[in-house]
Amino acid sequence: MTATIERGSATAPVTPATPPPTPVRKPGKKPTSFLGSSNGKKVVMAVTGAIMVSFLVLHMLGNLKIFAGRESFNEYAHWLRTLLEPFVPYRTVLTLLEIGLVAAVVLHMWAAISLARRAHKARPVKYVAKKSQATGYATHIMRWGGVTIVIFLVWHLLDLTFGVVNPKGFDSLPADRMIAGFDPTRWWVTLFYVVAVVMVGLHLRHGLWSMFQTLGWAAKRYQVLKPAAALLSAVLVVGFLAPPLAIMIGIVK
Amino acid sequence: MIDYTEGSAIRDTKAPEGPIEERWDTRKFKARLVNPANKRKLNVIVVGTGLAGGSAAATLGELGYNVKSFCYQDSPRRAHSIAAQGGINAAKNYRGDGDSIYRLFYDTVKGGDFRARESNVYRLAQVSVNIIDQAVAQGVPFAREYGGLLDTRSFGGAQVSRTFYARGQTGQQLLLGAYQALERQIAAGTVEMFTRHEMLELIMFDGRARGIIVRDMVTGEIERHLADAVVLATGGYGNVFFLSTNAKGCNTTAIWRAHEKGAYFANPCYTQIHPTCIPVSGEYQSKLTLMSESLRNDGRVWVPLAKGDTRAPGDIPEEERDYYLERIYPSFGNLVPRDIASRAAKNVCDEGRGVGPGGLGVYLDFADAIKRLGRDAVEKKYGNLFEMYERITGENPYDVPMRIYPAVHYTMGGLWVDYDLQSSIPGLFVIGEANFSDHGANRLGASALMQGLADGYFVLPTTLGDYLADGPFGEVDDQVVAEAEIAVRKKIDRLLSVNGERTPDSFHRELGKIMWDYCGMERTDESLRKALELIPSLREEFWRNVKVSGTAEELNQVLEKAGRVADFFDLAELMCLDALVRTESCGGHFRAESQDADGEALRDDENFAYVAAWERTPDGPVLHKEALEYDYVKMSQRSYK
Amino acid sequence: MNLTLNVWRQKGPEDAGRMVKYKVKDVSPDMSFLEMLDVLNERLILDGDDPIAFDHDCREGICGMCGMVINGVAHGEQVATTTCQLHMRHFEDGATITIEPWRAAPFPVVKDLVVDRSAFDRIIQAGGFISVPAGSAPDAHSVPVRKDDADAAFDAATCIGCGACVAACPNGSASLFTAAKITHLSLLPQGQPERLSRAKAMVEQMDAEGFGGCTNTGECTAVCPKGIPLDTIAKMNADFLKAN
Repeated sequence: MTATIERGSATAPVTPATPPPTPVRKPGKKPTSFLGSSNGKKVVMAVTGAIMVSFLVLHMLGNLKIFAGRESFNEYAHWLRTLLEPFVPYRTVLTLLEIGLVAAVVLHMWAAISLARRAHKARPVKYVAKKSQATGYATHIMRWGGVTIVIFLVWHLLDLTFGVVNPKGFDSLPADRMIAGFDPTRWWVTLFYVVAVVMVGLHLRHGLWSMFQTLGWAAKRYQVLKPAAALLSAVLVVGFLAPPLAIMIGIVK
Repeated sequence: MIDYTEGSAIRDTKAPEGPIEERWDTRKFKARLVNPANKRKLNVIVVGTGLAGGSAAATLGELGYNVKSFCYQDSPRRAHSIAAQGGINAAKNYRGDGDSIYRLFYDTVKGGDFRARESNVYRLAQVSVNIIDQAVAQGVPFAREYGGLLDTRSFGGAQVSRTFYARGQTGQQLLLGAYQALERQIAAGTVEMFTRHEMLELIMFDGRARGIIVRDMVTGEIERHLADAVVLATGGYGNVFFLSTNAKGCNTTAIWRAHEKGAYFANPCYTQIHPTCIPVSGEYQSKLTLMSESLRNDGRVWVPLAKGDTRAPGDIPEEERDYYLERIYPSFGNLVPRDIASRAAKNVCDEGRGVGPGGLGVYLDFADAIKRLGRDAVEKKYGNLFEMYERITGENPYDVPMRIYPAVHYTMGGLWVDYDLQSSIPGLFVIGEANFSDHGANRLGASALMQGLADGYFVLPTTLGDYLADGPFGEVDDQVVAEAEIAVRKKIDRLLSVNGERTPDSFHRELGKIMWDYCGMERTDESLRKALELIPSLREEFWRNVKVSGTAEELNQVLEKAGRVADFFDLAELMCLDALVRTESCGGHFRAESQDADGEALRDDENFAYVAAWERTPDGPVLHKEALEYDYVKMSQRSYK
Repeated sequence: MNLTLNVWRQKGPEDAGRMVKYKVKDVSPDMSFLEMLDVLNERLILDGDDPIAFDHDCREGICGMCGMVINGVAHGEQVATTTCQLHMRHFEDGATITIEPWRAAPFPVVKDLVVDRSAFDRIIQAGGFISVPAGSAPDAHSVPVRKDDADAAFDAATCIGCGACVAACPNGSASLFTAAKITHLSLLPQGQPERLSRAKAMVEQMDAEGFGGCTNTGECTAVCPKGIPLDTIAKMNADFLKAN
């Protein structure tokens, strides 16, 4: 058999975005700390992720109180602020929780960014052609999903926590802010909210399972934990979407 | 090169006297020890990182020697031992089925058609039990039974179940065990590893092997490495046939260089041809793939009764099929030993009844097994192998019978070594498939892994110590090293300067065809003489017309290939000469002139019960005979009818 | 078949590298992918060109030496198949095939499609073994191993160290390779004494080599010719956590 060969022209030389490091012949420097290692950072992501998920679960349960009426919702908001009074001043527990949450968000982002940078460095020359073989689109949108969620978070706080962009303003009752915020006339807010919540769901579907992997729990219960992660994400999505949609179509007034 | 002279006989192989059961213990006790402080001052070079080389380098490192380990692959884990499928024999008698060291010894001597040394084989059987212990302790995941104990199976040529296995990947798992032990020593600093380095010359000084010249295959740099002893564990030379089940990179260069420097080459003509390989599908074919022999347990081998029958196998009715193994060997049927099954396949194809492209194939049919056991049971047993077959051929063996054909698989010959695994050059030790010992004229299934690891983990570390007890051997004259280096450079320059019109591969293919046609499964005086005419003229054309692109100072796979092919020419010639001189048939060596009335191999013990150890001299090859004596196993003619 | 190949050519580590087009005619569908490249190379040699350098050895899918990214997929799209076992019958006549080397900083290109995977060896050096000097082992039957554990250990141990996992991973992570060895040894009683120190040392070495972190995308296991499962990574993580 003889194969005839024709040669075409070459493409321009490909220079990597970051020049490739001189090949490491000897072992490089080992990470000195747990947090310095990629696995340590993954653990940070998993633990902070778990904190945020717990918050989301409580937050969702709180939101659902809107179905029990405005008073119930407002009482719940008030209770959060007066927790453990009079032993500690007004809003102490909530503030502590908030600090914890902010810390979790910051650490989660720090670990994510630092892992993303590490990943970027690990592949200085990109593929000309690259095709994904894994199933599950959620895995490929984690980083963009994360960014979207952060942007949403800023809006969400301005809208419903601080009332800056809320029609009712800051000095209003939480339930009023919520119902006004998702008023049918502000359908675009609701739409943004829906998109963001779905994004959170996708982020969690992979993130939760990823957490099980990182903490090593998925080693034995792989078959159970993957669907469990998906289920919890779905519950959160439904739980978070129920109040605004109910407000939109006028079930909750 | 048909002329050769007979040199002095080899009388002493250094095996201790006394009852065979005690010889290895005697040798171990008499072997001198090197004190730990001195071990650090002794340097050992190990070339090759397969089961033998990897385990040897690791063990020598553990003992405290300064070891340098070399391989041509990018990692020591890739050596071709990794491809061994079936298993590893050991006389553990875990089944209580009557196995013993003596029985393994007996089966191996008989299986080797009485052309192996009794003392060596007995030691192999003794050490076999330690190998399994060692491998299990290293974490080799052998197959186990529900009780948690090791599973075994039976293999060709044995009536007991003594083969330990790890699914169809026993070689891989054992090699990874040795590789991990080696990496552990590299981390500990006792072994320095040189990957992508090819040995191109042996450095001799003061009558001893003192080092090697290697080429860094990435930069092209020629490097010199000196030591107090050199160990070659560079595998077999089956690739002289171009098409074989060996890895593409397997070559003879290291042992051939040693042979050129004075190491005797023993029994070069003993080649094992494995009956169940996937046939050649076209002339672009680059290698052959083995299908485990276990398939013959349930598959039936057949060809059409009529010559040139081109009907699809399913269209050929039962009465027009010839189940020739069952017909000729009614008692063993499809389970006859490898050499017999191979030759029978060749015979029916020579009659023009072969199937598939070029008529070089026979059917291995599972239709009856599927009918008898059900498709699921067949799938459970052979699923992996069926998938592999389908991946390569694109045919589904559940529906269409497999096509198989024999292929070169293993070379029993190799550098001559004594009981200590030392070659005829002091300080040059040869282990694994690269040496000639233990398997005689035919290797039994699951014995190659056993021998490689026996040599590397247990035998060499003891016997090499005895040699090194006299060391260190002092400085090597720089002039000598420089000369060796110059010889290497000259050869490389010569290859690059021809600039002819044929690629190294095209020569290799042609050489392989000569060897397969004239020095393959069946050899005759005429065919061998023909080969001995063709090889020199092809070699002459090679040096006149080969084309090697690129330069010596870069990664140059064409240059690597050309150097290896050049050595294959010389080896091929010696193989044919050895085959020509040995006019008897034995094991894997079948001379058409020496067969009984039924066409079976006929040994000539009176004239050929010897090891043929060839020395290369400027005046041509010199044959040294080492007589084989059998004090324990009575010589008999094998019969599988 | 007639094919257009778009192949990465790079003279050496210092060269920038580029894609070069070759048209190959009369390819037989029964050829393996590497045989197709052999044929192309034979032609290139005769034309005085540099043939395409690629790693390969056993050509039966077990040594782990071969590997290239074919049309964007490590080892090509055929599932559980190494490049050497991939056959041309899986390609369409007239197709264009893109061929690239494994791309990862810890796997620098040596030439064309040949990369340096010695980082894997160093990960094993860090602890991918059981310390048992030759001759010191107890009888093989002194420690029974549950069949399930032995089988699971075997599944992890089938890793051939080809590096496809790294090539496919969007993060260039070597987690599947490292986890396969950690899992293999940690499932066996023989591997227990060094279990935690092994996991710690190997993971740290993996980082030191410059591999990315795992984000559980599953790209690695999807291209793994031996189908090493993703839960090995969870096992590695569990051991690593315990060790810290």
